[in-house]
Amino acid sequence: MTVFIPRSLQEATDLIAEHPDAHLLTGGTDLMVEVNFNHRRPEKVISLGKIEELHQVTINDDHVIIGAAVPYAQMEKGELGESLPALAEAARTVGSPQIRAAGSLGGNLGTCSPAGDSLPVLSATNSLVHLTSAGGTRMVPFSEFMIGPKRNSRQPHEIITAVTVPRTCGWQGYAKVGTRNAMVISVASACVVFHDDELRIALGSVGPTIIRCTDTENWYQSLASKKSTGVSLEIGSRASQESRPIDDHRSTADYRRHAIKVLAQRLFERGMSK
Amino acid sequence: MVLTKTRQRDVLGHSALRPDGTAKVKGDFAFSSDLWAENMLWGATLRSPHPHARIVSIDLSKAWKVTGVEAIITASDVPGQLTYGLISEDQPVFAFDVVRYMGEPIAAVAADHPETCRRALAAIEITYEILPPLTDPEMSIGEQHIPIHPDGNLIREQRIVRGDITATGPIVVEGTYIIGMQDQAFLGTESALATPDHDGGGVEVYVATQWLHEDRKQMAKCLNMPEEKVRLTLGGVGGAFGAREDISLQVHTSLLALRTGRPVKMQYGREESFFGHVHRHPAKVWMKHHATAEGEIVKIEARFLFDGGAYSSTSAAVLLNGITHTQGPYRCPNAIVEGFASRTNNPPCGAMRGFGVVQACFAHEGQMDKIAEAAGISPVAVRLLNAIRTGDTLITGQILESVAPVERCIRETDALPLPPPLPTDAHELLLPGGSGLTADRRHIVRGIGYGVSIKNIMYSEGFDDYSTARCILKDGVATIKFATSEVGQGFVTLAPQIARSVLGVDEVVTETIDTQIGSAGSTSASRQTWMSGGAMDGACRMVRERLFEHVAAIHKLDPLQLAIENTDVVDTRGHLRIPVSEASSGVRFEETFEYHHRPTEDLDENGQGNCHVAFAFVAHRAVVDVDPELGLVKVVQIATAQDVGRVLNPLSVLGQIEGGIAQGLGLAVMEEIIVQDGKVRNPSFTDYLLPTALDAPTVIASMIEEPDPQAPMGAKGVGEPPCISVTPAIVAAIRNAVGKSIDRCPVRPQDICL
Amino acid sequence: MSGHQNYTLNVNGTEHPVKDAWIGESLLYVLRERLGLPGSKGACEQGECGSCTVVIDGSAVCSCLVMAATAVDSQIATIEGLAEDGTLTDVQEAFITEGAVQCGFCTPGLVMAVHHLLESNDNPDEMTVKEALSGNICRCTGYGRIFAAVDAVIAQRQAGK
Repeated sequence: MTVFIPRSLQEATDLIAEHPDAHLLTGGTDLMVEVNFNHRRPEKVISLGKIEELHQVTINDDHVIIGAAVPYAQMEKGELGESLPALAEAARTVGSPQIRAAGSLGGNLGTCSPAGDSLPVLSATNSLVHLTSAGGTRMVPFSEFMIGPKRNSRQPHEIITAVTVPRTCGWQGYAKVGTRNAMVISVASACVVFHDDELRIALGSVGPTIIRCTDTENWYQSLASKKSTGVSLEIGSRASQESRPIDDHRSTADYRRHAIKVLAQRLFERGMSK
Repeated sequence: MVLTKTRQRDVLGHSALRPDGTAKVKGDFAFSSDLWAENMLWGATLRSPHPHARIVSIDLSKAWKVTGVEAIITASDVPGQLTYGLISEDQPVFAFDVVRYMGEPIAAVAADHPETCRRALAAIEITYEILPPLTDPEMSIGEQHIPIHPDGNLIREQRIVRGDITATGPIVVEGTYIIGMQDQAFLGTESALATPDHDGGGVEVYVATQWLHEDRKQMAKCLNMPEEKVRLTLGGVGGAFGAREDISLQVHTSLLALRTGRPVKMQYGREESFFGHVHRHPAKVWMKHHATAEGEIVKIEARFLFDGGAYSSTSAAVLLNGITHTQGPYRCPNAIVEGFASRTNNPPCGAMRGFGVVQACFAHEGQMDKIAEAAGISPVAVRLLNAIRTGDTLITGQILESVAPVERCIRETDALPLPPPLPTDAHELLLPGGSGLTADRRHIVRGIGYGVSIKNIMYSEGFDDYSTARCILKDGVATIKFATSEVGQGFVTLAPQIARSVLGVDEVVTETIDTQIGSAGSTSASRQTWMSGGAMDGACRMVRERLFEHVAAIHKLDPLQLAIENTDVVDTRGHLRIPVSEASSGVRFEETFEYHHRPTEDLDENGQGNCHVAFAFVAHRAVVDVDPELGLVKVVQIATAQDVGRVLNPLSVLGQIEGGIAQGLGLAVMEEIIVQDGKVRNPSFTDYLLPTALDAPTVIASMIEEPDPQAPMGAKGVGEPPCISVTPAIVAAIRNAVGKSIDRCPVRPQDICL
Repeated sequence: MSGHQNYTLNVNGTEHPVKDAWIGESLLYVLRERLGLPGSKGACEQGECGSCTVVIDGSAVCSCLVMAATAVDSQIATIEGLAEDGTLTDVQEAFITEGAVQCGFCTPGLVMAVHHLLESNDNPDEMTVKEALSGNICRCTGYGRIFAAVDAVIAQRQAGK
């Protein structure tokens, strides 16, 4: 046997303890690209897609727990989508409808690409990643989970089982630039969250990890008049300065810095107008 | 254009439906990649990771140890000619001393499973001496250039000099235009199944290609076999767009089959496909137009530089097409044009829909807008003022004999309704940026732009081009045969329509498309409706003559007074009326017809000569919504009026128009193969972006029917024109929206907003 | 090669044993090369074209990105299951009559995607249709005739209510 299909979390954690070298997959949309392009030849796979616990969604007043195998399609609308609007917007930009039917937060977190569409939302909402092993579950703030491009703090014996996404009491939104009107990988993305009088901004595809714009957030926090004209422009500029983009085949660092400026400003204005 | 939905007889002029439609919607249609044979092996190709390197050694020993490997071949296993090519045979079947582009084939393996092939390829050890890649086409032909190929770096140089080269006018506008490398990106990647003859003396190959006979000719030379020992059958083709004009895996697959004595199937993955076929030439085009104060063109100066990549493919012909279309569909009495196609260590470039004219058109249409601005007239007015007409002389000295309804194309395009303004509560997916939710309605501005083009159809420069078709009439059933590649364009729909119209039959059987009949030429250059249509029309007419002679003999009539009316043979001077089924009952008429177009000539050293057969014209108007701050674009609507000669199948023509527009849109705003230091950076559909359903504009099309007396059925080819002037029209619309000069395509966000 | 196993897939209501298959094989590969069901097409191997769309347990997904060995205990529906008795579905008919088919390589995936859309929403508006089909690339048609085919099916189904 080389593909294991556990039906329960218990079974899965036992398997992973026994086979720490196995690949974990949920929807498979990331791993199979690597296999198809001859970049990876898995010898052992633990498929988590049929574990009931990983498909559960719990919507509470102040937070939502989303199982790691819940597909993006389910986050786009309905009660889940309405309770987490920025995540719904991000989920809608993931790949194609077919990818959104298979892909999940577990995959986005496991892969931890800076271009992962859901990750800026998990960052800006101060989400917690649930990591479960035979020894129990620990909760890791997203900011401590993603530690580099395609690197995270999951231990080999741990499974990403769920994400706790705190609900916020103000507006939240997400925007992503790509050079096509659908099914496009992110060139730059941003999530803006208002919570009480707090502003949070997280950026995707413009650094080695998702970037939380803490300087910008603190600057905003210190403002006496948060609604004065020019604030949105300043937020755009400051967020842009916090980005650390590079030139690659998808775009240029200059454009990405510029796009972040525009996105942060527009999202802030969108939030202020609601 | 309202499509007729009445299904009377599927004769010419009606929207006959595809005969392969049912199989295609059921998933039953056999594409070349769907083929399978008993005892079949898989083939795979090892390609160079370097754009320029000397092969020091190749060690196959470890690869041979991979269980399941049946054959490994390299250049030393090629029994015949080591190189191939469409115009010049300069491209190695397998690289044998030097690799000249990233992705160049070096070896191939056959094994029991695709994964075994991949492991075997990974086990082949090659030692390279890496050489500096020559990637700048200007440097390639500069004085200091070092040749990267024994044939030298200049693939072709050609100039055109016409009229008074000192002429000028009060308006002088100039621009340098950059066109990016576009990929044909057919969905069905390269694939073939080769089966060796029992005696090893021949091979049968099912392959997706544009030109069976040319493939066979090139394959036979490399395989060192007589052509008749290489039998090709068209495997179902998943799109072509020029990328299947050159051979790719044909020789490799055949060699592996011959070596192993077993059927071998090869199929490229998407990444390999990006390396496995030629692309549209990236080009730099400089143009300087001199015009009167009113905006009438006095003279054009131009310089074209096409990057041919490592091997010549069709670069020489692409260059000719580019420079001979410098003037566009406009009168131009004086011109001095020089053009170069140069060799580099970039990916080889060759045929793609539009074939050199796309590059010329992008430049001349940019220029037309600059003249309009300088003359203070509208983009439409400047185009109408200069519109070429039948009988005008081109800058090559060739008289434009084709029907040339350029003025009508422009006027009818301009008369098509504009889309309503973007509503204040526009659906979020209608805004540039789409589901990325990057913009609100207030951020968006709209622009309008125009493009008009002229496109030669058929091959040029003295090529004796022909197509062959056979028709058999028996018992009221026509059986037709041709080697015309069906790549999706619809010749398999059209050919039976021709037979029905000419012969008055309803039932038409189309035989297998293979090399068991004479060549049909290539499915390219918008030529098959004219060429293979002409051949089929000719064969059917000859059969009809035989039928009339037969009927006339029985009824003691002059065959010349007989005609076909619907499904009957009728006496135009009497009362005789016999159904064709009855008239052909128990007899069999068979005729084969070879259609040749009129001869063309080479250009002389000043670029003068009747080098083209015929021309088609089209106009496009683009409406775009742009987010100027982010540089994102949504193409809202394309209006077009196209000179089609005569509409033989409205639904098919509309399909060509809409499909061509989508490809031109791709080149305008998203499609580009990114090459850095000779390395392709985006060989995948994640990073080479094609238009999706949410990128497709509304298309409103008008088909201009002025039958061309030179064309066999009055009909011009319709495949290429739709994708040519739509690109400059969209870019003009973006310029119009944001008020910024943009002289490259595709337009990248940073070209708009930074 | 290491990493092989046996498993069974349920495709179009029939159990298909798969013997000694490398685990890296995608569902698309297994359908096409092992089960003799080549109707689903592969054109990108990374979920960016939709040509390989199949429906698994009610979700339309790209079969190129499904590890075949993980699709056990699922109901897999492919293009071959649509007109099993030889009668074309309304979507298949409309694709032919509206000119939505040219080379036809994208067609099986699109037909599956359209059926899937219309099963959950029998009267989708224009933008819903376009978004639902935005994962299916067609290189030949420019999508105009594909939208026409979908519109024709919607109109027929509404009229037939």
